[in-house]
Amino acid sequence: MSVDTSKVADSNAGEPATPKKPGKAGAVANWADERLGLAGLAKKNLRKVFPDHWSFMLGEIALWSFVVLLLSGVFLTLWYTPSMGEVEYQGSYNPLRGVAMSEAYASSLKLSFDVRGGLLMRQMHHWAALIFIASMMIHLLRVYFTGAFRKPRELNWVIGCLLLLLGTLEGFTGYSLPDDLLSGTGIRAADGFMKSMPVVGTYMSFFLFGGEFPGESIIPRLYTVHVLLIPGILLALIAAHMLLLVYHKHTQWPGPGRTEENVVGFPMLPVYAAKAGGFFFIVFGVSSIMGGLLSINPIWKFGPYDPTKVTAGSQPDWYMGWPDGALRIMPGWESHFLGVTLSWNVFLPIIVLPGLMFTILLLLPFIESWISGDKRDHHLLERPRNAPTRTAVMVALMTFYGLMWAAGGNDIIAIKLHLSINQITYFMRGAVFIGPVIAFMITRRWCISLQRHDEDKLLHGYETGIIMRSAEGGYSERHLPISETSAYTLTARERNEVYSPNAATDSNGLDEKGGRLDGLRGRLSTLMYADNVQPPTAAEVEAAHHHADDAHELQASLEGHAADGHQFDGHHSVDGENLRGDH
Amino acid sequence: MLLGLVLTGSLYSAFAPAQAGSAESNDALVAEGRELFLVSCAFCHGKNGEGVVTVNGTQYGPPLAGVGAAAVDFQVATGRMPMAQPGQQSAVKARIFDEEETAALAAYVATFGPGPAVPNESDYSLEGMSDADREEAISRGGQIFLTNCTACHNFGGNGGAMPRGGQAPSILNTTPEHIYEAMLTGPGNMDSFSNGNISPEEKRDVIAYIETIRNQPEYGGFGLGGLGPVSEGLFGWVVGIGGLVGFAIWIAAHTTRTTKQPSKGADA
Repeated sequence: MSVDTSKVADSNAGEPATPKKPGKAGAVANWADERLGLAGLAKKNLRKVFPDHWSFMLGEIALWSFVVLLLSGVFLTLWYTPSMGEVEYQGSYNPLRGVAMSEAYASSLKLSFDVRGGLLMRQMHHWAALIFIASMMIHLLRVYFTGAFRKPRELNWVIGCLLLLLGTLEGFTGYSLPDDLLSGTGIRAADGFMKSMPVVGTYMSFFLFGGEFPGESIIPRLYTVHVLLIPGILLALIAAHMLLLVYHKHTQWPGPGRTEENVVGFPMLPVYAAKAGGFFFIVFGVSSIMGGLLSINPIWKFGPYDPTKVTAGSQPDWYMGWPDGALRIMPGWESHFLGVTLSWNVFLPIIVLPGLMFTILLLLPFIESWISGDKRDHHLLERPRNAPTRTAVMVALMTFYGLMWAAGGNDIIAIKLHLSINQITYFMRGAVFIGPVIAFMITRRWCISLQRHDEDKLLHGYETGIIMRSAEGGYSERHLPISETSAYTLTARERNEVYSPNAATDSNGLDEKGGRLDGLRGRLSTLMYADNVQPPTAAEVEAAHHHADDAHELQASLEGHAADGHQFDGHHSVDGENLRGDH
Repeated sequence: MLLGLVLTGSLYSAFAPAQAGSAESNDALVAEGRELFLVSCAFCHGKNGEGVVTVNGTQYGPPLAGVGAAAVDFQVATGRMPMAQPGQQSAVKARIFDEEETAALAAYVATFGPGPAVPNESDYSLEGMSDADREEAISRGGQIFLTNCTACHNFGGNGGAMPRGGQAPSILNTTPEHIYEAMLTGPGNMDSFSNGNISPEEKRDVIAYIETIRNQPEYGGFGLGGLGPVSEGLFGWVVGIGGLVGFAIWIAAHTTRTTKQPSKGADA
């Protein structure tokens, strides 16, 4: 803070220097500070530094679309009637006039046709919901691929997974509320899923529906869950997620000046307040444009729900698409036991599989830290290529997800690509098992190749594209060393250590008694790290500088000759032309 | 009994002068239809429309006795017949036979056995109804449509998948006449909705509803193909997330550091 020296009295005589009267804003801030103690908080946090990278803003999309959801959702609650009471529609959509329907559906139609801006709000709400869950997912992928889930952030990973799960449930309950044909088909399916659970299924279904499906309670109950219960938990978890983010500080990419101890970036005020605040308006704008221009869930075409009806193209929203795909490709296995039918064809794909996948997702950070044995804090991110097996695991999971997703749209794929729905189903039954394995192997080898490429750049420089020919007719490509910044960034990573179960000895020099799973851990560690290309040591980099000697030999004969002309190709500055490599 | 039949027959011909009058032209039409049939249809359906069975015992072309003129009009006028190649489903293509030839074929095939006739416009038109009745008919037709048709043809009539590569076609460009005939005759995998199942008035109402949703504006904006949540999810990811990630890259690319190149003058 600079001191204003112009007002300092230069003698003891005359008028003493007086401070100016505080401005109005200052007075208000002072009033608030004296009562709320904000200054201390603000001083610490307003200048909090965040690193800059586009991929760090993906979670923000989720946050802002959640705000859009809250705002548009409040609007919808003002007209929506969560009731299954039967009414005869007399609104302004002619083709349904006189049709008996639930109050929930009638009020959704009213929102769409008779409330000004209602359809826009409905569509914005729905698009924002699709974006909300999608952005959580790409945020999750970013965190995983860059290793940002490592200690100390494992619990924030768990919270994030819970947010994804709750977001999905929130989406599903919202999908069910309009009580149109598609909603009702979804609830009917959910009822079937519950009933497929052995022993407890029917009790759960009867408890949830207040009797046999559909009953009269499900819509009001889902409404409470949708507008109160889940949003409340979501808000609390989002708060926890962000408090932990502030507490842990944001991760950053390695680079010169960036260490595990600091965060290099820009302060919250003014930079991130503007960037993040601006991003909110962009998310709001994109949701509005989509809500205004792209039709989503045209409930008037579906008609009211009626258990006797169904429509082609009955699919859940995208985030429930993959379990739906699993359900679609599952062979029809059932077994009969003492007069009870166990529907494996429903129970396995829709209850067991999502639960299993979610557990795997939740455990990923813990599995990796168990294998690596790494208990240190990590604030520097890793490039996906530098953790080939980790990257490959997620790509395999994504492949599984994507194939299941495609299976969930098998009917649409069949009509749009003129394929047979049966053959798509048979193909997917194999592909969901084989695809992830192939994806795993390709990704892992691809990452290792990229690591080798990085190593080449470090040790031999980058390829200039300039081909040299020696007097004898030998050809070689001119390599130039990469910049020190790039070299630092490429080498700023740790060497991997393969865990060997028998190597550990205790303080007395005796073999330490290993746990029963040590052998497994050793094998997994070998799989994860043994093939990785490790960053070169300083000695290796030094030695590599002499590798190019033969290239220099080739050039030697050129010394003293006229310039070869390549430097005049327009891409180079001709001033300090230095292509001859006189280092 | 025989007397009764004779009596009924002669009474019928006496009270149906219009038909009797056009009997000659009908005969000519049938004869013309027979010529066309022998050239274009008999290869699969047999010379007398009796059907052709393959060595495997499957149908090469089904027998046509009793399919009626309505089936011929539907199959030929939409270009489904004659088939270009055998397959899961006869594809819609440019029609081979013009209206007159189609009528001739229909007249000939109708002689194989009694079957549904080609419907008149009055069968599927709401002409002459009051606005209130018309509105009621449309909403009734909508309920019948949602009960009987959407399971295959989709809520907006955009079509859906059928087993083994077949598909329930989009009915958004089908003429009312052909929709009526399709309901009546059940082409391909489709059920035939006889008049006892869905009455002629109800068929008319269904057609009125289809015409309504076909002509009404897309209230929500661009309809995304009207295929339901799959295309919505695709747009959510491509336009929504794709666009927002683009914006994120754009925002992150603009830092507080100036990217302005120092001017030449300042350099020197």
